[in-house]
Amino acid sequence: MRIAERRRLPVRPGRSRSGSLLPILAILVALLVALTLRQPDFLSPPSLMSFLGRSAPIILLAAGQYFVIVAGEFDLSVGSLVTAQVVVAARLIDSEPSRTWPVILLLLAFGAAVGLANGLITTRLRVPSFITTLGMYLILVGAVYLWSDGAPKGGLAEEFRRFGRRAFEDVPLLGRIPYALLVLLVVAGLAALLTRSDFGQTLVAVGGNPRTAELSGVRVRSVKTAAFVLSGLSAAVAAILIGGYSGVSFQAGAGLEFGAITAVVLGGVALGGGRGSVVGAMLGALTLETLFTLMNFYGVSGALRSTVQGAIILLALAVSSVRSVSR
Amino acid sequence: MRSSIAALAVGALVALAGCATDEPTGTTPSASAGTAAPGTGEQSTFFEQAAYDAELALLGATPAGPSDKPWEQVLNPAMVETAKFKKPGPYKICFSNAGLNNPWRQVGFKTMQAEVETHGSHIRQFLHVDAEGKDQKQIADINDLLGKGCHALIVSPNTTATLTPAVEAACRKGLPVIVFDRGVDSTCPVTFINPIGGYGFGHVSAEFVGRRMKPGGKVLALRILPGVDVLETRWAAAKVAFDKAGVDLVGVEFTDGDPAKTKKIVNDYIQRYGTIDGVWMDAGAVAVAAVEAFLDAGRPVPPINGEDQLDFLKLWKEKKLTAIAPTYPTYQWRTPIIAALRILNGEPVSSPWKLPQPTITQDNLDRYLDPGMPPLHYAMCGCADLPGYPQRWK
Repeated sequence: MRIAERRRLPVRPGRSRSGSLLPILAILVALLVALTLRQPDFLSPPSLMSFLGRSAPIILLAAGQYFVIVAGEFDLSVGSLVTAQVVVAARLIDSEPSRTWPVILLLLAFGAAVGLANGLITTRLRVPSFITTLGMYLILVGAVYLWSDGAPKGGLAEEFRRFGRRAFEDVPLLGRIPYALLVLLVVAGLAALLTRSDFGQTLVAVGGNPRTAELSGVRVRSVKTAAFVLSGLSAAVAAILIGGYSGVSFQAGAGLEFGAITAVVLGGVALGGGRGSVVGAMLGALTLETLFTLMNFYGVSGALRSTVQGAIILLALAVSSVRSVSR
Repeated sequence: MRSSIAALAVGALVALAGCATDEPTGTTPSASAGTAAPGTGEQSTFFEQAAYDAELALLGATPAGPSDKPWEQVLNPAMVETAKFKKPGPYKICFSNAGLNNPWRQVGFKTMQAEVETHGSHIRQFLHVDAEGKDQKQIADINDLLGKGCHALIVSPNTTATLTPAVEAACRKGLPVIVFDRGVDSTCPVTFINPIGGYGFGHVSAEFVGRRMKPGGKVLALRILPGVDVLETRWAAAKVAFDKAGVDLVGVEFTDGDPAKTKKIVNDYIQRYGTIDGVWMDAGAVAVAAVEAFLDAGRPVPPINGEDQLDFLKLWKEKKLTAIAPTYPTYQWRTPIIAALRILNGEPVSSPWKLPQPTITQDNLDRYLDPGMPPLHYAMCGCADLPGYPQRWK
């Protein structure tokens, strides 16, 4: 109960929403400028389109993670969920094109079910989500290993892979538009609509101050559970794109949960909930990918990526605690 | 209170990020370093000149034994007496397996099971224990097997140094021990079965790639991870070949065997350098991802090497690649069973038992490419004559 006393009262929707996007936009623009200085044709349509296409999965995961984090929780299970989905898809499709759509529906249901389980365990059994989703992460890793005897079987049909791999060719001006980018735009639009709806506003209120939200008649547990389901669904869509991009692999989702969380905090969403926008989270993911591309162009070892992610999380936390003290 | 929970969570998160992504920390001679230093940087600490010379000599050696059964062939045989192990059958053969945790081992183990079936009533029981890639489990497994009345023990060790004492303990029990794939630091096993090895693999592939460009051509080397002897020796031999060919090694990157990561890395290099004249890989698992990166970017695929996995062979044929596939043949899983039965029958066997290591080239590609087999199958399984083919391997 002390939690409630220390925190400020409910978030006023709209307050500092566009304002909070400015820092991340500034960082993104700065990185893009640095990138074009080094690699002038990076912003040329073919290169940009391919960059956006392959960044789509992490941006989707960041959007999913946003809903959970803004509601004051974490979802660490998304990386292993992506791996599980890709391995399951390969085994079920087994290179048989006609199974593509049924398997896609199954993956979405699977993602939603894992999210539902995360949400129910966290809200009904009152297990901290950090532990719940860490447990789910381990359960999925183990289950996939057991089910596949330690090595992926089967294969993904080209019909399934095209979503993550192919593009509309010969588009005027842009050259080619990856399907993944279109999927991303649709999901991003839906996510943005959702955050403007009553549900979205309630979610932020729940993260900002669950006690007040509950006293104002919000069904906090259902709202939080729905956030986990959204995260599971986003992992399913990301898995479809990643499996398509690179084919079946046991490492398909490795480390993605950290990438998504880093992206979300980079996008100005407060860890602990109650502040931030889904557009910010997605821009955070785009910025993170841009940063990694920049590091690549400057010849910085890829091994530093996890270090950079860790530093961003720490820095974001430091900045946000300084902010909340100064308020 | 709340912020301290968040801080705690973030602390744990960062710690987890550190271990879960498992990024290699080895040196990566990247573009900036590559242009500064001549050649391809420092040699692998695993490099041993004598072993390198020996393996390259074996590449040219003519194997003894039936040419249509390379799993029974031996390079430079050195026979040892096994009369003291002679026993009447049928036998119980036990196998302590390092793991089944990759497609190569899956294919190999199925091949081994099929080989056991061909011997019918000679083998009363074949007892397999999977160590799931854990040294400690394998040590316990071997210890358990010693009490199970095995007539012969086959070991495919998870790691060399750690498993050596367990294998030595098994030798002291007096039963014949056969080691294959990875070795142990002991001469106590009756024989050690493996193909030529990593230097041979690295030499054949790097020489192929290096020869198909002018000196100064840009080569990207993709490695799975540092510090594993079989992979380090492949890289060490490739380095020697690349230095000799005078190529410009624009990058050495670790892929963790992850196709998505591989595709991104290759894509990055295509963007950074415009053209890449050759790609070398220390293992074939992600070769398809590397090829796809070029195809999806609308670029010609440069000379590249893979391994004998069907997905790569299919792509090679379909896209008419300039490619080569040295192998680490899975048919070596047949040999330990054959060796065990010969030893229990008192017949001399070669120790070490060096198996030939064929290379798939443009000329013999069609012979190995069976389009009906699954993408992760290894063509060099020598399993087409075994019971249950092809269904067992699908």
